[in-house]
Amino acid sequence: MTDASQNAGPMLAADGTPLKQSLARSLRRQKLRALLLISPLLLFVMFSFIVPIASMLFRSVENGMVAETLPLTVEALQSWDTQSGELPEEAVYDAFVRDMVVAVENKEHTRLGSRLNYEETGMSSLFRKSGRKLKKMDPETDGPFKEQLIEIHEGWGDPQTWSVIKTHSPAVTNGYFLNAVDMRRTPEGAQSQPEDKRILIKLFGRTLFMSLVITASCILLAYPVSYLLATLPMRVSNLLMILVLLPFWTSLLVRTSAWKVMLQQQGVINETLVWLGLVADDARLIIINNQIGTIIAMTHILLPFMILPMYSVMQTIPPTYTRAAKSMGATNWTTFWRIYFPQSIPGIGAGSILVFILAIGYYITPEIVGGTKGVFISNRIAYHISSSLNWGLAAALGTILLAVVLLLYWVYDKIVGIDNVKLG
Amino acid sequence: MTETSNDAAFVEFQRVQKSYDGEILVVKDLNLALPKGEFLTMLGPSGSGKTTCLMMLAGFETATHGEILLDGRPINNIPPHKRGIGMVFQNYALFPHMTVAENLSFPLEVRKMGKSDREAKVKRALDMVQMGEFGGRRPAQLSGGQQQRIALSRALVFEPELVLMDEPLGALDKQLREHMQFEITRLAHELGITTVYVTHDQTEALTMSDRVAVFDDGRIQQLAPPDQLYEEPENSFVAQFIGENNTLEGVVKSIDGDTCLVQLDDGSEIDAVPINVHKAGERTKVSIRPERVEFNKDRLHADAHTLKATVKEFIYMGDVFRFRMSVAGNDEFIVKTRNAPDAVRLAPGQEIEIGWLAQDCRALDA
Repeated sequence: MTDASQNAGPMLAADGTPLKQSLARSLRRQKLRALLLISPLLLFVMFSFIVPIASMLFRSVENGMVAETLPLTVEALQSWDTQSGELPEEAVYDAFVRDMVVAVENKEHTRLGSRLNYEETGMSSLFRKSGRKLKKMDPETDGPFKEQLIEIHEGWGDPQTWSVIKTHSPAVTNGYFLNAVDMRRTPEGAQSQPEDKRILIKLFGRTLFMSLVITASCILLAYPVSYLLATLPMRVSNLLMILVLLPFWTSLLVRTSAWKVMLQQQGVINETLVWLGLVADDARLIIINNQIGTIIAMTHILLPFMILPMYSVMQTIPPTYTRAAKSMGATNWTTFWRIYFPQSIPGIGAGSILVFILAIGYYITPEIVGGTKGVFISNRIAYHISSSLNWGLAAALGTILLAVVLLLYWVYDKIVGIDNVKLG
Repeated sequence: MTETSNDAAFVEFQRVQKSYDGEILVVKDLNLALPKGEFLTMLGPSGSGKTTCLMMLAGFETATHGEILLDGRPINNIPPHKRGIGMVFQNYALFPHMTVAENLSFPLEVRKMGKSDREAKVKRALDMVQMGEFGGRRPAQLSGGQQQRIALSRALVFEPELVLMDEPLGALDKQLREHMQFEITRLAHELGITTVYVTHDQTEALTMSDRVAVFDDGRIQQLAPPDQLYEEPENSFVAQFIGENNTLEGVVKSIDGDTCLVQLDDGSEIDAVPINVHKAGERTKVSIRPERVEFNKDRLHADAHTLKATVKEFIYMGDVFRFRMSVAGNDEFIVKTRNAPDAVRLAPGQEIEIGWLAQDCRALDA
């Protein structure tokens, strides 16, 4: 027993400094080295991945445009009650013209128009058309403006227009998130979208449901294959493994297009079935441009991601377990179900998480073979990013998708336990 | 080596052959019969076919040719789970996702035994290996020796009449291994089980078995009780494989009843017992155990042949002294003496004369 261990105080090193401190010092160099080694990747990931994603996600709540483009108007609108049903005072119109002259000068009014158009159709053209005429006005001399504006476009005589501007003036908004769950921000608070505009919740539901179906069919198809790969002699299983990995050598686009050829009504499968007489010529199967098409194509494309973790887990299950069970009198089925299957669950878990998370964010395949009924939420996100340019909504949808994945991951951890996931 | 089949045999191999690829026989013409209650060890280097034999008996491999009989019934076509043979595997094969008690309960469950019976039997089997308190643990929470005990009691819990063990002690350290050797033999004899034990460790084979079958090259080279195996090896493979052995090569000069004269390659002559040499002029390997070599002339017969030896090395091993000598051209000639009060410590470089009793020196095949 040394003196140090008998004392109640902290353990001391030979030179009297606390042991923890001198341990930390001796490890510092090592840690610094490790940090240096990963720093290029860390920086790359920071600037190419984390920063862009964070800024993209931030767009889902960012809403500075109204307040930046129309600062005076937003201030003047503060005293106006959206519920009154009356038009705002002259002061608001005056402030609006002053703001718009600057905005038109800087060509910002059309951008504002399209931003507000997400909330209320017609706003884009209202701003564009009024812009040209407003440009000629001089805020100092040409007032009062209320009548003039209403004359330029009757939209300015509708309290709804001003209500939209005021509702969306705060710099941070939950509007995009409300839109993402089929609701909208109104002067009276959050309300459901009209019936015909409620598509996103349904799309989220469909995405989750179809991802589950795809994951399940991947499990069913991959399990026997992985079992075979894991039990065959190494030489044969390596050969078969190449066949499993073969799809990775072909472009995703090519594989998906191939499914288009296979599945369409005049395609290989239908033609064969008709030729065999299994299906009547006028009753060809519709297996593309709908959910079935998406499920078939995505199951095929994601299958290797299920086989690989399953295989690597099954490979670590020694054959002696099955032998031991049989020597104790268990039939083949009992041996499989009580001994082999429970030990292969970590592989199923790892494969399922991988496939499900990949499926939930899949874009190209549903786009090509999904038609309108088989598209996923990510196709909608892509639409908002590249066509409607409603990046705020796209960001909100993306954030929700991320949250759902994390939530499912958490649920999975609670039920199966993340320690049970093995990739090899 | 053939064993005549008899009606009392509990396990019997009849002319069994096994090939995996259709070109090479891994097991060549195996004949072996065990009476009930015997502890038989299959001993041999890796690749000698001993594990294949065990697997054929358990039913995990099928014999290419020949019959295997269990209690008089041929079992070639009976699947492993219907043979009712207990088995202990090299790495224990305890199911990692079950507790110790569940592991033991498994063979009883598949036999559709009632819950209370199962619990009673599991408890008894655990107590039998002094592991009564560990029923709730997982195998991963146990030490190697404890896992070994559980594997043993799991193989015994359903009361099989035949238990097979495939190098069950290979993963344990020396002390634990020795303890478990004793434990296993005690249990086997107490319960009256017939045991077939596979190992490549000769100490294990000698200390545990009623009889040992030495395997090499797909054949049983010798089947004998341990003492006979050690003291009377029937061929040079067995002599080399079992225990430490000194080999001197030479030619048989003459055979006279149960002694023969062998001229070693350096010209010197010694007496030996002819075991499988048959006529003068044959080449032979002469085998002498290190502890039977004597360099104290007083203890030798007056007419005993002696050889010149040069001490090369002295190794102190505590209970014994071990000398490496150069004898008749063999630099690896080992001599052992007990560390007695009057024991002589020879120094390297010393030249002495060594000799032995003719009956301890066996002329075997070359």
